[in-house]
Amino acid sequence: MDPLRQPPSPCSPRPSSPRTQSCEMLGYVGIEAVLDQLKIKAMKMGFEFNIMVVGQSGLGKSTMVNTLFKSKMWKSTLPGLGVPTPKTLQLQSVTHVIEEKGVKLKLTVTDTPGFGDQINNDKCWDPILGYINEQYERYLQEEILITRQRHIPDTRVHCCVYFVPPTGHCLRPLDIEFLQRLCQTVNVVPVIARADSLTIEEREAFRRRIQHNLRTHCIEVYPQKCFDEDINDRILNSKIRERIPFAVVGADREHLVNGRCVLGRKTKWGIIEVENMAHCEFPLLRDLLIRTHLQDLKDITHNIHYENYRVFRLNKSHVLPRGPGWVNLAPGPAPSPASPQATPRTMKVCRWTQDNSDDEC
Amino acid sequence: MPLVARGSRALAERSRKGGAGEASRSRSPSSSQCWQTAPRRSWSRSRDGRGRWETVCECWGLAIPVRCAFGAGNEDLRNLSLSGHVGFDSLPDQLVNKSTSQGFCFNILCVGETGIGKSTLMDTLFNTKFENDPATHNEPGVRLKARSYELQESNVRLKLTIVDTVGFGDQINKDDSYKPIVEYIDAQFEAYLQEELKIKRSLFNYHDTRIHACLYFIAPTGHSLKSLDLVTMKKLDSKVNIIPIIAKADTIAKNELHKFKSKIMSELVSNGVQIYQFPTDEETVAEINATMSVHLPFAVVGSTEEVKIGNKMAKARQYPWGVVQVENENHCDFVKLREMLIRVNMEDLREQTHTRHYELYRRCKLEEMGFKDTDPDSKPFSLQETYEAKRNEFLGELQKKEEEMRQMFVMRVKEKEAELKEAEKELHEKFDLLKRTHQEEKKKVEDKKKELEEEVNNFQKKKAAAQLLQSQAQQAGAQQTKKDKDKKNASFT
Repeated sequence: MDPLRQPPSPCSPRPSSPRTQSCEMLGYVGIEAVLDQLKIKAMKMGFEFNIMVVGQSGLGKSTMVNTLFKSKMWKSTLPGLGVPTPKTLQLQSVTHVIEEKGVKLKLTVTDTPGFGDQINNDKCWDPILGYINEQYERYLQEEILITRQRHIPDTRVHCCVYFVPPTGHCLRPLDIEFLQRLCQTVNVVPVIARADSLTIEEREAFRRRIQHNLRTHCIEVYPQKCFDEDINDRILNSKIRERIPFAVVGADREHLVNGRCVLGRKTKWGIIEVENMAHCEFPLLRDLLIRTHLQDLKDITHNIHYENYRVFRLNKSHVLPRGPGWVNLAPGPAPSPASPQATPRTMKVCRWTQDNSDDEC
Repeated sequence: MPLVARGSRALAERSRKGGAGEASRSRSPSSSQCWQTAPRRSWSRSRDGRGRWETVCECWGLAIPVRCAFGAGNEDLRNLSLSGHVGFDSLPDQLVNKSTSQGFCFNILCVGETGIGKSTLMDTLFNTKFENDPATHNEPGVRLKARSYELQESNVRLKLTIVDTVGFGDQINKDDSYKPIVEYIDAQFEAYLQEELKIKRSLFNYHDTRIHACLYFIAPTGHSLKSLDLVTMKKLDSKVNIIPIIAKADTIAKNELHKFKSKIMSELVSNGVQIYQFPTDEETVAEINATMSVHLPFAVVGSTEEVKIGNKMAKARQYPWGVVQVENENHCDFVKLREMLIRVNMEDLREQTHTRHYELYRRCKLEEMGFKDTDPDSKPFSLQETYEAKRNEFLGELQKKEEEMRQMFVMRVKEKEAELKEAEKELHEKFDLLKRTHQEEKKKVEDKKKELEEEVNNFQKKKAAAQLLQSQAQQAGAQQTKKDKDKKNASFT
């Protein structure tokens, strides 16, 4: 028999519920093999991730997506001379399957060309909110069927990356309006786009001002403070929160620097390396979105934003249309500032703690 | 050559190929489109929001091509090649970390006669001593006893619930033995369904009590299955994953065991009992599962006592004629059971319970409640709408009942009022009568008083008269004596 493994770290104490007794096992049983089983199952099923990029044209959204996923997702659109600016906001989705070391990821990127480009940008967030809510609606309709599918396709937007133009001053009214509305429905990660036009000091000042603006207007961007589970998360997330918004530069060309091939932008005064932390904070964004918090983004979308939408929708069920819900879903139901705004603020995630045993059967 | 150009050329090639195959792809997506190779894939067609037929791949539930309601965009599923390390290969680890922090739930149901060794086997399986007192044989019926335990191994927390059938097989009439078990299983499904249908729900920290595995303990008679076993297993096979095991296997000799096992399996097959099939579609576990399945039902021996064997202590049962080692594969199949139940298939058991048994229960329950997915016009209903309709109906009924009750109440009140009024009237009458009688009596008394007073007056008068006469007589007498005296005096002179 193998010796007992180490007890858990004291950072995450979970008191045992009064009804369940904790038992000491006198030898190795093999329960931890369930982790491997989980991994195998997850690798077989594959992962899904849906990301939306929002920002004015020319901020480098498509390039950023290409840099993030190191592949040519989009052709960066240059506004041609003969192409008229679209009168209304059009969302475009592209889905790709990428594989790395046996892990398959189905990635959907939604772009929003035309956002903020008009002269009158009033209500330009409505189509975006409508799209997000429509994905929730689709999922809800699938979930309440009687004969459900084994795996409901997840098209809900897990993360919305908002590109802030590098003015250097502070958030514009359009940004503030948009962020206020969107933070209630989806995880928003704001980034400073084209950060190579700002010096390091300007970046820091800009960042402080943006953070101040966010605090003043009570905008909770991802990672939200109220959803931190335990002390480890809180420490990690506060480090991230200090650096939000990341100042990023996107590039999809490679250049030779000191004998290495790096992604970067070549200018007359030097080469801006994308993956160099001294030059820009792209690695932080990439780590946040992909390497460390991807599952967390999905979980928060599923457990909190989707549930909020579901509550909202089921309470207003007298306006439920017949059939798959997206037939005549006008941009909206743009959640009125009254009802669902109250819920996310007061709703706290309580992950599985054992004192929740009293709401069981 | 810059990588970008390479990538774009490959992309261009693919889009060319894609263009040619566009038509075929929309009709029957090739296997390269859907890279999940599970054999549980199936194709179906359904109408999308605009009423157009679209192919839906069941393994993804993905409509191909993916449609965006706002139009625009090419949405073919393409395999894209990466030109560098992106880093999402840490995804399984992220997922596992999340699950570890949440903990796992596992619920085992042990069905078997009293004294067949269920508690001992659980203790042996999980290498610990769960507290439970042995049951008596005098139980009037079958009841289920559930106990929850927290186990921790390295960083994995397991919330284990063991459900015991107390009194199974003890009664004289065992017709209804299976009913409490089925009810318990259904009750757990029902609780989960209720939680899922709530408006404000919290599924991610819901303590899942649905039974994931049912260990059916077969008595080691050496002949065949008892009819009670067959009936019970038949009732349970569509609700829970059944793993049959032969208990107290040290009472059967090896050759008899082989015959016994094959007899049991053939009986199960011929009676159509669907026991849990170990999954053989995943390459890593297919082999081990296939080899283990041959040994079903597992013949196990449980023991928590340790005996010195060689120079080690091992769990075993000591007999005068030898020692039966629990973890020796030649002696019994305990190790196989532990492998299958815990180390290899725990996750699959949970998944089967959730996706097959629970979905079946949900479907039946919702259909029973009257919901349908499509109405005769084959336009899909929404569950919520039917639910609303039902709710209104129910509310209407409730209102009607309330009205009825109110009416009845009003009627009763009226009756009571009438009664009370009558009683009041009677009382009044009585009172009047009494009053009259009282007055009459009073009058009589007064008359009598008058008479009495008259008599008294008369008497007084008479008395007065008599006194007067008397005084007169006295005066006359006195005068007479005086006259006599005077005469006498006069005569002397």
